[in-house]
Amino acid sequence: MHRSLHIDPEKCTGCVQCELACSYDNEGAFNISKSRIQVFKFEDEGRFVPYTCTQCDEAWCMRACPVDAISVDAATGAKIVSDALCVGCKVCTIACPFGTINYNSDTGKVIKCDLCEGEPECVKACPTDALTYIDANMTGLERMRNWAARTDAGASATS
Amino acid sequence: MSWAGNVLRVNLTNGTCASEPLNMEWAHQYLGQRGLATKYLTEEIDPKVDPLSPDNKLIMTTGPLTGTSASTAGRYSVVTKGALTGAIACSNSGGFFGNEMKNAGWDMIIFEGRSPDPVYLLVENDSAKLIDAGDYWGKSVWDTEEGLKAKHQDPLIRVASIGVSGEKGCKFACVVNDMDRAAGRSGVGAVMGSKNLKAVAIRGTRGVSVKDMPRFLGAVADGKAVLAENAVTGQGLPTYGTQVLMNVINEVGALPTRNHRDVQFEGASSISAEAMAEPRRSDGKPNLVTNAACFGCTIGCGRVSTIDRTHYTVKDRPEYQKASGGLEYEAAWALGAATGVGDLDALTFANFICNEQGMDPISFGATVGAAMELYEDGVITDSETGGIAVKFGSAEALTTIAELTGRGEGFGQEIGLGSKLLCEKYGRPELSMSVKGQEFPAYDSRGIQGMGLTYATSNRGACHLRSYTVASEVLGIPEKTDPLVTDGKAGLVKAFQDATAVFDSLGICIFTSFAWTLENVAPQVDAACEGEWSVDRLLEAGERIWNLERKFNLDAGFTDKDDNLPQRLLKDAAKTGPAEGLTNGLDKMLPEYYEVRGWTPEGVPSNETMARLGL
Repeated sequence: MHRSLHIDPEKCTGCVQCELACSYDNEGAFNISKSRIQVFKFEDEGRFVPYTCTQCDEAWCMRACPVDAISVDAATGAKIVSDALCVGCKVCTIACPFGTINYNSDTGKVIKCDLCEGEPECVKACPTDALTYIDANMTGLERMRNWAARTDAGASATS
Repeated sequence: MSWAGNVLRVNLTNGTCASEPLNMEWAHQYLGQRGLATKYLTEEIDPKVDPLSPDNKLIMTTGPLTGTSASTAGRYSVVTKGALTGAIACSNSGGFFGNEMKNAGWDMIIFEGRSPDPVYLLVENDSAKLIDAGDYWGKSVWDTEEGLKAKHQDPLIRVASIGVSGEKGCKFACVVNDMDRAAGRSGVGAVMGSKNLKAVAIRGTRGVSVKDMPRFLGAVADGKAVLAENAVTGQGLPTYGTQVLMNVINEVGALPTRNHRDVQFEGASSISAEAMAEPRRSDGKPNLVTNAACFGCTIGCGRVSTIDRTHYTVKDRPEYQKASGGLEYEAAWALGAATGVGDLDALTFANFICNEQGMDPISFGATVGAAMELYEDGVITDSETGGIAVKFGSAEALTTIAELTGRGEGFGQEIGLGSKLLCEKYGRPELSMSVKGQEFPAYDSRGIQGMGLTYATSNRGACHLRSYTVASEVLGIPEKTDPLVTDGKAGLVKAFQDATAVFDSLGICIFTSFAWTLENVAPQVDAACEGEWSVDRLLEAGERIWNLERKFNLDAGFTDKDDNLPQRLLKDAAKTGPAEGLTNGLDKMLPEYYEVRGWTPEGVPSNETMARLGL
């Protein structure tokens, strides 16, 4: 069963502990500029929104790569960049509609979320459960549950 | 590790930027941030220097934990000789600027001299240059920050800047980063303005390493768990912010009201955390939009607020109808209780203006409170105020004066003097509620006795963030003491002062100390930093830092006479509440404090104390 990185912006405080965790796991140092997950602050609305790769099934990055450096991790469904094969051409960064694969000029390779082999560090670091790692086939479960509770039958069942 | 090991020295007179190695011997004695920058400052300037002269220096500084994943470890400080006080100034700020500076590879940036023309400093990792700031001089903090990000086509740049108030020498101007986080007190923004330095813009991508990553991650996880389980840091602060205190402090009769005439404010509940969460009539939305965290903070006490669009302050002014930094307890008190204003939206607006133009809301609100008393006593009149009826309780007076002071115009120039100079100017020095020129924060020392000693002996002038004995006297952290008695407060104040100096020097937030003691901090430091770091070693560094600051002030000309409180707190008893009939018993606490500090009866560190601390 695959799991998905699930993001609930309502719960995010913008603390960037996820970015810190991502960077030390991948870079060995605390460096949020190299984090694969980024938290966006919408200043005027008071909203914080973490964003990262959704691991598309038909991944544009993977299709675009001319040297087949991007492959699927069968265990997690993550699209993984092979540093040995990546030539730093950046075509994937153009192909990705979401901007979640980016070039790292320090290494000459591209970087993206790889779901940490099924144990995402960002999720472990999140203090508010804005990030969770849940059943990929039921990412709507919590929202469904919330709506279910609002129905008449649900309201009486939970009251 | 975990110091970056580099100091950036910027000579504004000559326009040069140069790198030099951090003095690691000093780092091991003074940790970082507050302590280490104070060491640099005391070695490099004459303590008697005019704070606004080119001979003063201004240091932006991170701590050894800044930029790591330790909870709240994004802090930085501005250390200089304060424009408001003439004493050592160290103003600490959160947000994201400190992390960026550390990631660019700098523990410290030392600014010296004065630029002939307005400039800003652009730092991109090891590259640093001064750039003409003509386009930004005269602009607000908000416009400067947005303008620099747009100009350099990099939204990830972090900016610390001054507003117009700092350019014009407002004595309580601050340095604002990330739109609404501030190195707030003592007039550090006025010093920056006197150097013709408008802003510092930084992008850092080098990363921060620690000595022993696995051990560090374990210590950090332990620390975070303690914060999450604690009632204050795990529930109170995230839900209500520091504003959780408004009703509490009013109840204990320690909410200074109308320039400390009273100790309880009848409008407290209308400007409290609870009021901020109340849906308003116009649009059904509360003042509070959400809580917000600074870099790496797992507490998240920050407030993001909006003002009622129908409120007189923002009607037809869409730029102030957006969400922005909301009221913290100190700001709500100073803008509200100290002035007798109970209009939450007016307070929020004044707070926006303080952020936008870079003013310390504590000193601003308290100075307006003093001006209101001068006005009601007939000492100043409409001719001085430009026709503004500066009466206690007037929201219009508060918000009008906020805008004038932010721009350094009209009566705002008088308010920008701070309460001490303002009250002296009009022949009523006793009406300035300040110590060493710095206005009191939000705790009346008649109702919380230990805070009287805290204020009188604080090295940066009246301040709650040098020894927050409120924690013990009101909240019972780490253990409950009676707020109405003076017994035992000398030792309590010393203990808080020394420990606080450690927190402030490491790059973490003092709010962690609601849950953490140095027992929780030492393992994180020891795993991150070269050397061995025990609780005892940290505490000794804290005491060393305190004494070094004290020595700077003594050399600057302060004496034990300046360890004092305004007569109002020593002679006029509290009129209501649990402290009714009480004044502050400073005379009972101060001699004992000098003794437990190992100072002479004149308040000078003895030779033995200096030698013991390696000073």
